[in-house]
Amino acid sequence: MPKQSPSPNWQDMALGTAITEPGSAKYQRTGDWRSSGPVWDLDKCIKCGVCAVFCPEGCITMRADGYPEADMEYCKGCAICVCECWAACIAMVEEKE
Amino acid sequence: MAERKGMEVSIAIAEAASVCDVDCIAAYPITPQTHVVEHLSEIVADGDLDAEFIPVESEHAAMSCCCGCAAAGARTFTATASQGLALMHEILFIAANLRLPMVMVVANRSLSGPISIWNDHSDVMTERDVGWVQVFAENGQEAVDLVIMGHRMSEDKRILLPLMVNFDGFILSHMVEPIEMPTREEVKKFLPDFEPQQRLDIDNPITMGPVGMPVVYTEAKMAAEWAVRDAYEPMVEIMGEFEKEFGRKYKPVETYRTDDAEILLIMMGGISETAMTWVDKVRDEGVKVGLVRFRMWRPLPVDDFKKAIAGAKVLGVLDRHFSPGGPGGPMAQEIKYMLYGQDHAPKIVETVVGLGGRDVNFTDFDQIFDRCKTVLGGAPVPPFELIQVRGGHYGKA
Repeated sequence: MPKQSPSPNWQDMALGTAITEPGSAKYQRTGDWRSSGPVWDLDKCIKCGVCAVFCPEGCITMRADGYPEADMEYCKGCAICVCECWAACIAMVEEKE
Repeated sequence: MAERKGMEVSIAIAEAASVCDVDCIAAYPITPQTHVVEHLSEIVADGDLDAEFIPVESEHAAMSCCCGCAAAGARTFTATASQGLALMHEILFIAANLRLPMVMVVANRSLSGPISIWNDHSDVMTERDVGWVQVFAENGQEAVDLVIMGHRMSEDKRILLPLMVNFDGFILSHMVEPIEMPTREEVKKFLPDFEPQQRLDIDNPITMGPVGMPVVYTEAKMAAEWAVRDAYEPMVEIMGEFEKEFGRKYKPVETYRTDDAEILLIMMGGISETAMTWVDKVRDEGVKVGLVRFRMWRPLPVDDFKKAIAGAKVLGVLDRHFSPGGPGGPMAQEIKYMLYGQDHAPKIVETVVGLGGRDVNFTDFDQIFDRCKTVLGGAPVPPFELIQVRGGHYGKA
């Protein structure tokens, strides 16, 4: 839980609108910006990790078995991983309610 | 009691910053402020003040540097004027909204064009909305005292805002006046070391100046509004403590011979020194006239002003700036705001004088006073008028 409320009354704001908790950007669940998300075809994946390197959100990690996995709480659906993947094994798939 | 010494006011202001033991000065020289920072750089270079003097490449950089210094927890001072203040414009909001204490003196000067280095209030009046505390000095001693009080006010935990000390370019900045300069030891008793409420600190990291999404921006502005409004009480208290320590009394709104006055002239800055002499002359002739001067401008001292003008029938307002094609001078607009809808409110005769270094003399006060007299006698209130203009404001010389 964030220490600072994301929508405080003005009386409760930190002095000068400072952010007093380091790393608090993690409370921004940017995953809900997404309209489509990456889906890996692991049969084609060569475990190179380029998708994780290029992910601007830093939400792709390499699993113990060497394959990548995205934290969909934060994936914005930018598709940079799709563009960068050497093996062309990632597809953007539209997400519907 | 310190001795009184003849000093140029700019030099005295630099000495005042020095006795306040400022830690950081980031400034760019501009007429008519130049002597302030020039002398401060000498004081630092001579080793008489242990401070960082940062000679920057522009006023934009000066104000940005000052924000950094204050954020790091340093007692910060700068000075500017006119185009320099305008170049600082966007950073002024940031200093205020980040609640960064600092003192800036502004040697008030007109803005180009045409290019003018001379005095009026167009520089500061276009910066009314930046969220700083703003005060106006009448003479050199007051400017010195406001610099000393200014640091104390700015750093007060109940205020924590940047503070602007305005003094008129040339007619004050280059005037030699008898100045009583407190010693560093005396000032230290009145102005303790700066203890920042929060600062940049690698052991306790914080983010200053983050994005304010629409969900928080309105609340941030409300906080800024009350930050400036709430500065009033502690400022008055600090003026009282200054009087106890140094014997000179200051209040938000100054009055001169206002008792039983039917007509009051309203102004700010150095022209009130001339105006007081004029009031004396006219009072000697048996005319009931007085003078009211704003020392505090932000926060706007509404109650003090209303008290100061109580009983007056006509106010002659002398603005030193106006908004072309708009409602006239800023001081007159704000006075109307304070009095609108009030029963028995005095009538307001709005004038604009002393633009771009034009002297304001007895004849000008006479002229404004004559306009006030006709209104007192029942004539309709005239529209705002730039007097002193050849050809006449409304084409009627």
